[in-house]
Amino acid sequence: MQKVYTKIESIVGNVVTVRSEGVRYGDIAMVGDSFANVIKLDKDIVSLQVFAGGQGVSTTDPVKFLGRPMMVSFSDALLGRIFNGAGVPIDKGPELTGNMITIGGPSFNPARRIVPKKMIRTGIPMIDMFNTLVESQKLPVFSVSGEPYNQLLARIALQAEVDVIILGGMGLKYDDYLEFRNTLEKGGAMSHTVMFVHTASDPTVECTLVPDMSLAVAEQFALAGKRVLVLLTDMTNFANAQKEMAITMEQVPSNRGYPGDLYSCLASRYEKAVDIEGAGSITILGVTTMPGDDVTHPVPDNTGYITEGQYYLKGGRIEPFGSLSRLKQNVNSSTRDDHRALMDAMIKLYAAYKECMEKRSMGFLMTEWDEKLLKYGELFESRLMDLSVNIPLEEALDLGWEILAECFEPNETGLKTALIKERWPKKDAIA
Amino acid sequence: MDIIKGKVTGINGNLASVSFTGSIRKNEVGYILVEGKRLKGEVIRVSSGSASMQIYEMTNGIKVGDEVEFTGELMSVELGPGLLTQVFDGLQNPLPKLAEKCGFFLERGVYLDPIPNKDWEFTPAVQPGDSVVAGDTIGTVPEGLFTHRIMVPFTLKGNDWTVKSVKEKGVYNVRSTVAVLEDRTGNTKELSMVFTQPIKEPVKCYEERLHPDEPLITKIRCIDTFLPVAKGGTFCVPGPFGAGKTVLQHLEAKNSEADVVIVAACGERAGEVVEILKEFPELEDPKTGRSLIERTIIICNTSSMPVAAREASCYTAVTLAEYYRQMGLDVLLLADSTSRWAQAMREMSGRLEEIPGEEAFPAYLDSTIAAFYERAGKVRLKDGSIASITIGGTVSPAGGNFEEPVTQATLKVVGAFHGLSRERSDSRKYPAIHPMESWSKYKGVVDMDKVERARAILIRSTEINQMMKVVGEEGTSSEDYIVYQKGELLDAVYLQQNSFDPVDAVSVPERQREEFEVLYDALMCKYDISDKKEIRSFFNQLRQEFLDWHGTIYKTPEYYAQGEKVSESYKSRAAVKEA
Repeated sequence: MQKVYTKIESIVGNVVTVRSEGVRYGDIAMVGDSFANVIKLDKDIVSLQVFAGGQGVSTTDPVKFLGRPMMVSFSDALLGRIFNGAGVPIDKGPELTGNMITIGGPSFNPARRIVPKKMIRTGIPMIDMFNTLVESQKLPVFSVSGEPYNQLLARIALQAEVDVIILGGMGLKYDDYLEFRNTLEKGGAMSHTVMFVHTASDPTVECTLVPDMSLAVAEQFALAGKRVLVLLTDMTNFANAQKEMAITMEQVPSNRGYPGDLYSCLASRYEKAVDIEGAGSITILGVTTMPGDDVTHPVPDNTGYITEGQYYLKGGRIEPFGSLSRLKQNVNSSTRDDHRALMDAMIKLYAAYKECMEKRSMGFLMTEWDEKLLKYGELFESRLMDLSVNIPLEEALDLGWEILAECFEPNETGLKTALIKERWPKKDAIA
Repeated sequence: MDIIKGKVTGINGNLASVSFTGSIRKNEVGYILVEGKRLKGEVIRVSSGSASMQIYEMTNGIKVGDEVEFTGELMSVELGPGLLTQVFDGLQNPLPKLAEKCGFFLERGVYLDPIPNKDWEFTPAVQPGDSVVAGDTIGTVPEGLFTHRIMVPFTLKGNDWTVKSVKEKGVYNVRSTVAVLEDRTGNTKELSMVFTQPIKEPVKCYEERLHPDEPLITKIRCIDTFLPVAKGGTFCVPGPFGAGKTVLQHLEAKNSEADVVIVAACGERAGEVVEILKEFPELEDPKTGRSLIERTIIICNTSSMPVAAREASCYTAVTLAEYYRQMGLDVLLLADSTSRWAQAMREMSGRLEEIPGEEAFPAYLDSTIAAFYERAGKVRLKDGSIASITIGGTVSPAGGNFEEPVTQATLKVVGAFHGLSRERSDSRKYPAIHPMESWSKYKGVVDMDKVERARAILIRSTEINQMMKVVGEEGTSSEDYIVYQKGELLDAVYLQQNSFDPVDAVSVPERQREEFEVLYDALMCKYDISDKKEIRSFFNQLRQEFLDWHGTIYKTPEYYAQGEKVSESYKSRAAVKEA
C-alpha cells in the first residue's frame, strides 16, 4: 500500500487526480506534505481532495495512499490540547498517534436514545430561566457578524456544569481564537478542554473536517461516561466551505449556490448530540451567523429544521421572542415550582412592554398601566437580559419576583393566587 | 438460478458504477461486498453497459474492483403478521433488534429479519380446490387487535391458481408453509405467512376505488370542522421550522380514528421519534382501550441516516399501509417530512448529473410526489369490505416560503392543505394552522354552510383588524368592532386548542357539533352595545366561559351546566338574530 505515485493528472481547485488501483473510497493519502482524502473513484482515476489546498501542488508531487480513513487520536491526553482542522497540534505539544479512531462514524441507533431530562446550568438567566439548555440538546446561536457570540460561547464553556468541553472553531479570526484560548486558560477550564481550530487563513478543506473531528472525539468521551459540551463556531463558515468544495467539484447548486445535500451535511453533524443510557452525553451549541440578519438564508433555515430550538443573539442580548428551547418542557417542571409560571408571566408582560413601546413611538398617550410596563421592561432588560448578569437559576427566579413586586400589584401579573402568596416578596406586602 | 455478478468501476458519494455480465433489471437490488460486509443498493440507471447503483449505506471503504451480487428482485419489504408495534428503518430493518445486535450505533451491512420469528394460530379460510388470485385470503391469524389476513402474494400473476392443500387450524411458525397453490400447468407454489412485495409498485388487489366521502376524525376542532380530512384522502402540512408540524402530526397519530397508524419519520430529528417510542406504549387508545403502540408502526429514517434509504422509507411505509388496507382496515400514514424525501431525490439526481429543474430538484419531482399521494385511497375489497389509506405529509419549505417546488407539487395532488403560519405559532396560537390560507375539499363533521358563514366572519374580522391598525380603535365603528371581536372569539375558543390539557386536547365530533352550534349562534347574534370598552369586556367574559366549557369533561353535569352558562352569557346581550 505504500506505493508512491508521481504523476498527478489534473489539479482543479483543491482536487487532484492520479491513476491508481485498489484505492478505497474515503481513504486518506499524502499529496506532497499535505493530507488528502479520496472523494471519487472512476475506474483507475482517483480524485483526491487536498486538505492544504491545491495551490502550489506540482504534477510531479509524490502521492502516497495510507490505506486508512481519516482518523484522530483519542485519549485523555487530548485534554488541554489544541489542534488544527487536519488534527495536527498547533500548541507546540507532541503529536498524538495512539488509539486512532475513525471520524464521521455511523449514526446513533434511535431505538437506543432516551428522552433528555437533565438541565445544564449556565448562570445566564436568559438561558437557565427562559430557555433552558438540556443535556444532549443541539442548539444554535443565531446571530449577526459583530455580535458577541464567541464571548457568549466562552462564558457558557466556563460556567456550564460539564466534564469535557470541545471547541470546534471554523473560519475563526486569529484574534478570536486567541481570545477563546486566553479566556479558557484564565478561567481554569483549559484542563478539560480540547480545541480543534481552523482559522480564517487556513485551507478551506480543513474547515469541513473540524465538526467531524470534534464530534468523533466527543463521542468517545461520552461513551466513557463523560458529559461533553461541543461548541461549534461558526457553522455558516462550515456551510460555506461545503459550498466552495461542491462548486469546485461541479455539483449542481440548489439554493444560493449551496449544494443540494446541505441539510444532510448539517444534520449528520448536529444529530451526533445524544444522551447515552448508562454513559455520558453530547450537547452541541453552535453559532450560525445569518448573512444580512436573514433567517430565511439557507444556512440558518436548514439549521432551524434540524436543531431543537435556537437562541437569537441580537443587540448583545438573547432575545426572548425568537429564542426557543424545544426541550425546556422536559426539565423546567422539576427545577422549582414557580419556574414555569413565572417564566410565562414575565414573558407575557415583556411582550406587553414591547407593544407599549410601539404605542409610545407612534405618539399615543401613555396610561398608568403603560408607565408600569415601561418601568418593568427597563428593569427586565437591565437586570435579567443583560449578558453580563451571572447568577444561578434560583437567584434569577427570586430576582424575577422582585422585579415584578417593584412594578406591579400582585393581581396585575396574571399569576395564580397560591403562587403569589408563597413567593411575592414580603417587604412589598407590608408597604 | 445463477447469481449475476458484477464489479465496482467507480464510486461517487453514495452512487456506485458497476460493470456486469448477464441480464439485470432497473431498480433491482444488489449487494456490494466490502470487507466481509454486504452493502445493499438499488440499480437506478443502466447506461452504456454499466449500471449505476445507489447505495443505502455509507460508501467509505469501497474499492474499484469490489464484487457485486445482483439479486434479480426489486427493492421489497416483507409482509406478514407481527409488523405492528415495530420500529423499522427505511429498509425495514428492525431498529431495537439491531441495537441488541450491534450496540449503540447503526452498523452498516447488517440486515435483520423484519418479521419476528414466532408462532401464530392459523385458521384456514379456503379449502383445497378453491381457485384463488393475488390478494385473496387463505387464512387468518389474530394479531393484537386485528384479525390478520394471510393472503396470496400481491405479485402472483395469472388467474388459474387453485389451492392444492392448506393446513388445518393450528399453531404454526410464521415461516412454515401453510398452503400450496397449483396452476393449470402443474406449477406449484408454497405459501407461508410471509411474502415480499416491491415497494415502488402500488397494490391494486381491490375491486374498485371509491370517492373519499367519510371524514377521518382527528379530534382537532380546527381540522374536523374547518379543514376536514377524509378517509382515503390526502392532506399536507407545510410550515416553517418551529411552527409545530411535528407536534400536530403526533396529535394526529394519537387521536385519529384510524385502525392502524404508520408514522414515517423521514429525514427528521431522532429525538422526535424517541418521543413516540417512549410515549405511545404508555398511552391508551380510547377506541379499544389498548396501548396506542399496538396500532402503530414506525418507519424511522432520521436525518443522519444514509440519504438513499430515506428515499426508500416513504415507499416502505406506504407499502405496509397497503398491506393493512387489504385486511379491510382504515390506515393513516403520516410522513414527516416529504421535503427531506424530495431532497434525497435531488441529491441522487445531482450525482447522476441529470439536468436540474427548479431549485435543482429533478424534473420528475411533480410526477413522483403525485404517484406517492395517489397510493392513498378508499377502496372496496373483493370481499365487499371498505378500507382506506389516508396520507398526510408535512412539507418543510425553505425559508417558510410556500412558493417552492415541493410545496407546489404537493398542493396540486392533495385534497386538504393545512398551512402552518409562523405568525400564529409565535403568538402561541396552536394548532398554528392558518384558518384562511388553508383549504380542504372534503366534507367535515358539521354543516358546511354554517362553517362557511363562520369563516366569512373571520375574514371580515381580519380585515377590520388591519384597518384598525391604521385608524386606531377610535376610528372604528362599534358594529365593525363587534365583528372584529366575533372573529377573535372564534379564533380563541374554536380554532385554538390546548394540546397539553387532557380534556381540551381531544374533542369528539358530537362535542364539536354541539359546541359549534352554540358558537355559531353567538356569532350570528346582533349585540346592542356601543361602548368599546363594554364590548371588549363582554367578549372577554364570553371567551372565558367558552374556555371553561372546553375544560369540562364531555357529557358530565358540569359540561351541560357550563354550556348553559355560555348560552346565557351571550343571550343576555343579544338583540335580534341576524338574517
